[in-house]
Amino acid sequence: MTRGAGAVDGAPSAAEAVARGERGALARAMNLLESTRPEDRQTARALVDALAARPRPGGQVVGVTGPPGVGKSTLVGRLLGDWRARGWTVGVVAVDPSSRRSGGALLGDRARMAAPGRERDPGLFIRSMAARDRLGGLAPATFEAVLALRAGCDRVLVETVGVGQSETDVTTVADTTLVIVQPASGDTLQFLKAGLMEIPDVLAVNKADLGAVARRTRSDLRGALASLGREDVEIVLTSAADGQGVEALAEALERHRQAQADRLPAAREGRLREQVARRFRELYGTLAADRLGGEAGLLALLAALPVETAPGALLDALVARL
Amino acid sequence: MSERAASQAAAQGRRDRPWVMRTYSGHSSAAASNALYRENLARGQTGLSVAFDLPTQTGYDGDDPLARGEVGKVGVPIGHLGDMEALFQGIPLAEMNTSMTINATAPWLLALYVTVAERQGAARAALRGTTQNDLVKEFLSRGTYMLPPAPSLRLQSDVVAFTVRELPHWNPVNICSYHLQEAGATPVLEVSYALANALTLLDAVKGRSDVPEAAFPEVVGRISFFVNAGIRFVEELVKLRVMGRLWERLTLERYGVQDPKLRRFRYGVQVNSLGLTEQQPENNVYRIALEMLGVVLSKRARARAVQLPAWNEALGLPRPWDQQWSLRLQQILANETDLLEYGDLFDGSREIERLEDALEAQVLAELDWIERQGGVMEAVGTGAMKQRLVEANAARLRRIEAGEQVVVGVNRWRESAPSPLTASDDGGILTVDPAAEREQVARLEAWRAQRGEGEVEAALTQLKDAARAGTNVMEASLRCAAAGVTTGEWGRTLREVFGEFRAPTGVGGQGGEVRADEGDGLAKARRAVDEVSGALGRRLKLLVGKPGLDGHSNGAEQVAVRARDAGMEVVYEGIRLTPEQIASAAEDEGVHAVGLSILSGSHLELVPRVVQLLAERDLGHVPVIVGGIIPEADRQALLGAGVARVFTPANFDLNAIMADIAGLVAERHGRAA
Repeated sequence: MTRGAGAVDGAPSAAEAVARGERGALARAMNLLESTRPEDRQTARALVDALAARPRPGGQVVGVTGPPGVGKSTLVGRLLGDWRARGWTVGVVAVDPSSRRSGGALLGDRARMAAPGRERDPGLFIRSMAARDRLGGLAPATFEAVLALRAGCDRVLVETVGVGQSETDVTTVADTTLVIVQPASGDTLQFLKAGLMEIPDVLAVNKADLGAVARRTRSDLRGALASLGREDVEIVLTSAADGQGVEALAEALERHRQAQADRLPAAREGRLREQVARRFRELYGTLAADRLGGEAGLLALLAALPVETAPGALLDALVARL
Repeated sequence: MSERAASQAAAQGRRDRPWVMRTYSGHSSAAASNALYRENLARGQTGLSVAFDLPTQTGYDGDDPLARGEVGKVGVPIGHLGDMEALFQGIPLAEMNTSMTINATAPWLLALYVTVAERQGAARAALRGTTQNDLVKEFLSRGTYMLPPAPSLRLQSDVVAFTVRELPHWNPVNICSYHLQEAGATPVLEVSYALANALTLLDAVKGRSDVPEAAFPEVVGRISFFVNAGIRFVEELVKLRVMGRLWERLTLERYGVQDPKLRRFRYGVQVNSLGLTEQQPENNVYRIALEMLGVVLSKRARARAVQLPAWNEALGLPRPWDQQWSLRLQQILANETDLLEYGDLFDGSREIERLEDALEAQVLAELDWIERQGGVMEAVGTGAMKQRLVEANAARLRRIEAGEQVVVGVNRWRESAPSPLTASDDGGILTVDPAAEREQVARLEAWRAQRGEGEVEAALTQLKDAARAGTNVMEASLRCAAAGVTTGEWGRTLREVFGEFRAPTGVGGQGGEVRADEGDGLAKARRAVDEVSGALGRRLKLLVGKPGLDGHSNGAEQVAVRARDAGMEVVYEGIRLTPEQIASAAEDEGVHAVGLSILSGSHLELVPRVVQLLAERDLGHVPVIVGGIIPEADRQALLGAGVARVFTPANFDLNAIMADIAGLVAERHGRAA
């Protein structure tokens, strides 16, 4: 038996196992998606195309970002606990930056996300990924991983570290974007300045145990959102330390999902096309992209195609136009 | 009588009283440790220093799944009042000075101690000793915390408030800089973190309604420190003089304490273990002696209590004879030399003064930095302080690897004749009988069977109510002690109220990254990692984890950081993981190798279990690599159980280890593919 990523025994049965949410199958699928070996890429493409067509009904992909040190991992851990208590299975992709120098990476505080007692929980799958050479906050395989996990889990959560401008990247894979900040810190100001107010669908102000400062921060944020015409963004006060506000946060995320439910298939198709266009540019270069009319041209071509869900097939269709 | 003899006799007449001499000890069971204490006292030790095992330190019963392999290993297991009574059987606590290295569960162990003392007929006012009770350094370095930072600080101050009222001769807190140095802290970091920590605690106590304003100077006077002293003993001597100077100043400026006696910097010490070597371990005797000079030479900054490690700590647990050898060093220094006959030898030295001023300025700058991080508790939560320690330790290791920092027998003068000291049948170390855990669990079960459940329930309810209401938990803990509550029940009750916590690992991002130069060890390791990553189709991914309750994560952190610098993707899981958690993580993460670090001696129980669980998940091909203080016989046993490599402190060349891991993965991959 092959021990590499190719251990998946044929795409169709692997896809079935992933769709059933089997933990071992999820792990093997991730190994495959992350592999750059040509033979693995073939299998991976078939697997992703099969899974992309069958997201879990009522499912949701939540993207999480925010500056470092705001208690993100711990709050995410609490949120996962809440979701699990509702009976939902959960898949997590946590992305950390890679070193430009060595290519190595230190990956997340995964243990802080998986609270004690949940280590044998078959309904919670956590995968850490290194961003590799991507400048943005996401790893090359993140999008494919999301498509696979979306088929096998009721909730998918993508966490990225907040460094520089890359937080916005998470919105390109998420149905709902959650931004976590802490009260009245320099980070919060930075966050306001960085123009990140455009991205959240839900905002969590963590460390709400700071009381008045937290409430003041909430009203500051509310004001800033209003000036952008984004009064619809819910702001939740949370405390990762004692779990306060976590249920409210879960409910806010759920309300956003319900509010967006009608628009979801179209939104997901739009994001898929953007990802395919981006992948095309990565693989074939700016010259090739320009030949097909640049970003706008690529998206228009993709929108005109009859295939709606399979990223591999969409990519092939673009290549065929070259 | 000759003139010389007469002057000697006169000098001896005004000799200073020597420091309290202790030996940090305890293992296997309360009865075995009791025998050891009595032996040590008979040999002239003047105080007790109790080492508790990890389940006791973290609030678990001996039969808890997390306690597996840890019972009686690094200290004595105390599961309930019966164990505590057995521990001090025949030792009159009214006459003892007992130091207890206990932190997260300090309120509980103090409650047990007070109860046993009272049953011996001792008055509370007669009790002398120390509870370490410093949680900040647990988050930063030692890892035996139990609750999140805020409730930890509160329990800590509960003990302070209780002792101020009830135990007039007790030191409720030993602020530890010791473990910071063990984690790699420079003198600047050690002094500033310890001082900031002490002030944070005092601020918390100051806000309490049960500590009257008038009693506060007394509280300040109760704070003592537990420091480290390394081989650079002049620097250490200066460090302690500066700590003293700053403590006197800060307590005056911040709290307005007028009585100089209450502002005095009092400290006990255990000299450095981090620098003790596995190679040519006999050299450690000299190191220990020199390190001790740093804490006794200057009268102004002399330790109140000293405990010395044993020469063989890098090999395994010291035997009673090894500890006796260390005690004799103290006795010779205090009694045979003329050290205690003079005033301070360094006052007025221009060189010492210059060093003091320089260090003080750096410490004040560092205190400002902590302030800018939002204070100690905030910086603990974000991992900012921890990260600086990890970086400082990485720098230290790099200097040793590069030979810039000489360690005799390690990176210089390595050749040695065979040592007769390690040639004995026991390999020169103490082995804890594996039956100790079974016997402790049996005693625990018998204890539970004979106690009155009604009173246990009532006492635990009182504890829970006190925890929720914010009233001092000591009263309820005393009731729990008398009712026969177990350590695990006490811990579980508080965990239920306050929740659990995992401290930040300090390992993350790009901090402290090392540059590789053409042809050096790191460049070679990177090439090996790149090559195998190419063959694998994705970058070599390594899981680093610490199974069991051992919280000394310095080694694991350094391995994780270096693996990243060698180009691996590293999943660092932090401390206190069950074998099940590690195996699940290895599967989820699709790692190519698993590295485990264990220093508590529980490797024979925990490591084979990880190997077995990996095999059950069809991951038998993933090599398991173990690092820690592993005696030779155990090494063979681990290799026999399917472990791919065993590394000990002698393997200080991290780059070589990284290249070796890459080679192992390549080999496994080639073989299996």
